[in-house]
Amino acid sequence: MSRIEVLKTYKIYIGGSFPRTESGRYYPLIVNKKTVANMCLSSVKDFRNAVVAARNAQGGWSHKTAYNRNQILYRIAEVLEGRKAQFVEELELQGISKAKAQQEVDLSIDRLIYYAGWCDKYTQLFSTVNPVSGSFFNFSAPEPTGVVAVFAPQQSSLLGLVTQIASIIAGGNTCVVLASEQLALCAVTFAEVLATSDVPGGVVNILTGNQTELLTQFAAHKDVNAILYCGKDADMIAKIQDLAIENLKRVVLREDGDYFDDKHESPYLIFDFQETKTTWHPIEVIAGAGSGY
Amino acid sequence: MKKTHKIDFSSDWNLAPAPESTTHFKLKDTYDLFINGKFVAPKSGKYFDTINPANEKVLAKVAEANEADIDLAVKAARKAYDTIWSKLSGKERGKYIYRIARIIQERAREFAVVETLNGGKAIRESRDVDVPLAAAHFFYYAGWADKLEYAFPNRKPKALGVAGQIIPWNFPLLMGAWKIAPALAAGNTVVIKSSETTPLTLYLLAEVIQEAGLPAGVVNIVSGAGLTGSHIVNHPDVNKIAFTGSTAVGKIIMKAIAGTPKKSTMELGGKAANIIFEDAALDQAVEGIVNGIFFNQGHVCCAGSRLYVQESVFDVVVQKLKDRMNSLNVGDPLDKNTDIGAINSKKQLDTISKYIEIGKSEGAEMYQPTCDLPSKGFWCRPTIFTKVSQSNRISQEEIFGPVLAIQTFRTVDEVIEKANNTPYGLSAGVWTDKGSKIFNMTSQLRAGVVWANTFNKFDPASPFGGYKESGFGREGGLHGLEPYLKFE
Repeated sequence: MSRIEVLKTYKIYIGGSFPRTESGRYYPLIVNKKTVANMCLSSVKDFRNAVVAARNAQGGWSHKTAYNRNQILYRIAEVLEGRKAQFVEELELQGISKAKAQQEVDLSIDRLIYYAGWCDKYTQLFSTVNPVSGSFFNFSAPEPTGVVAVFAPQQSSLLGLVTQIASIIAGGNTCVVLASEQLALCAVTFAEVLATSDVPGGVVNILTGNQTELLTQFAAHKDVNAILYCGKDADMIAKIQDLAIENLKRVVLREDGDYFDDKHESPYLIFDFQETKTTWHPIEVIAGAGSGY
Repeated sequence: MKKTHKIDFSSDWNLAPAPESTTHFKLKDTYDLFINGKFVAPKSGKYFDTINPANEKVLAKVAEANEADIDLAVKAARKAYDTIWSKLSGKERGKYIYRIARIIQERAREFAVVETLNGGKAIRESRDVDVPLAAAHFFYYAGWADKLEYAFPNRKPKALGVAGQIIPWNFPLLMGAWKIAPALAAGNTVVIKSSETTPLTLYLLAEVIQEAGLPAGVVNIVSGAGLTGSHIVNHPDVNKIAFTGSTAVGKIIMKAIAGTPKKSTMELGGKAANIIFEDAALDQAVEGIVNGIFFNQGHVCCAGSRLYVQESVFDVVVQKLKDRMNSLNVGDPLDKNTDIGAINSKKQLDTISKYIEIGKSEGAEMYQPTCDLPSKGFWCRPTIFTKVSQSNRISQEEIFGPVLAIQTFRTVDEVIEKANNTPYGLSAGVWTDKGSKIFNMTSQLRAGVVWANTFNKFDPASPFGGYKESGFGREGGLHGLEPYLKFE
């Protein structure tokens, strides 16, 4: 007698655990007119819970040493490497050729390592010691913006998602991500990778569902500091820019393009979610001081 | 009983008047718009009076720009960008900007006096802060014009095109320099609007720009109120909006450009926490408090308007502060001994007075030194409030005047929480003798500029700008170039 297959129940990822959506609703993922899975249709309440989790995690994550964040991102890559086969299978299930799927998983791992490496370097790149005209020591350094709400790319199931998350958390931010609506399988499985790879709960929260339904909350929520939208829909962009004004969220727009391109590897993508802090302190008189070499 | 010793400032500290002379220049009767390298009458046909807030006398008539005027200015800027400025090498652009810097220095005294006449600020400040810093900004950015590739490794910087800039009334010349210098260095052309109350020094700058031989249309200067500003914001051929002003107006501007390809930077309001620990050098801290809140009559977005004093030194700090306040000279801004000049406008004085009433009605305890105020003009005594609570409006809302709200704290965690508990995040101050405490505090305060054991310091080489609702983007330093560039 043949074995009955166990169907996976896809849930969402909030604060390090995997709840079902508060909404009690789901939507089907359809590939070639065939339903391949049922996904949680996340509600506004799920989003709010995720923001609370992200806010709670923000202080701890941004105050970890850069070296430690580097290692944790590398650890994500390690765990992903160990589960390669599963991701390839899921990508194939979503209609991608095996060869292409393998490439995508490999590059996702490599991209995580790329951003892992930046964790303890971008600060040096974007910091300055400013030669002010007076007896002051004065320096500027980047600091994380805070909680970032992310509309992940719609056309990329894994690589786009990983690229955006990596560039945000490498810089000490936490995030709430809405996965691609019709290519959502890998997002949930990637959440399982995160959950088993030393990333503190709440640093990354992943929801599945519908962009239009959640747009208002994503862009208007007062405890979200920045919003990332990957796509070209002019209407969506205008709405996001308009709603984000309420608490002056930083709005970052990126294309939903070819994530195999090298241009998605850049420290400037980390810098998009950084504030610059300038600190001043007096020094004893420099000019005119009696002692010298 | 312990004896207290206090210097009596009121006895023989009556300084003789020392007014700066106003004979070395003559203001024009009317100032026309500066468009395409020439002073031109406004299409609007309208002029408004600009006055001296210290005596309410009319200084000059200034042209008000309407939609047609703004269109002409933008067209001039576009043409200058397309035909000349974008084709010029960075080296040559830089030389023009250097020239501007040098001429400002040569006319420094004229600039300082006009800034004081028009804005009401003490000559001591316009002479020692506004004008030298404005010149320094042009000097600093002049040198970047031919070095942009070094500022952003691995990227190819390109100018945006026409920058529309709107500046506030508190530091007109300095804000003009903050906006124009990096825009030109990055290769953009400019349409800039002065504030409605303090337009004059920007028109002196127009004369400087003419004198420097800058190609016509590269910088265009217009005046008017919010409506004029909205024509700049809404003009379809403007590529970037740079705004300094209130958070409320910043939000209106962002609403107007949402969904358009216009880039923007916003330098908005603030409600800075100035934090005094018990181990601080208290006399210096008191100077820092005074400088933090009374500099430029408190018309400063990054003013230290919320003071947090550690409970153990509260009494002594407040007493020292009151003593120091009694030594401040309030009066004729042109007098070189004056510390606190006139409030910029009647409207602003009304706003400040309203907040002082709110402070009293909320139950806070007010203190003002006794001093004579001139009979004409707009004046406000330096004011502090004690017994303020975190939810009082005077500790939540930006007042933009010489009004300080004082609270106490006991622990580091408590004061960080209180300091960060505001939608604003522009600046903050920390006073302590302990290095480790400074670094802990300055890294935990959510503000774009943090002054430790000093306050209200500015420099062209140093990035300035806010977190949270205090805006985004930086001005100053190489960070101040990025918002005027795009990258391929």
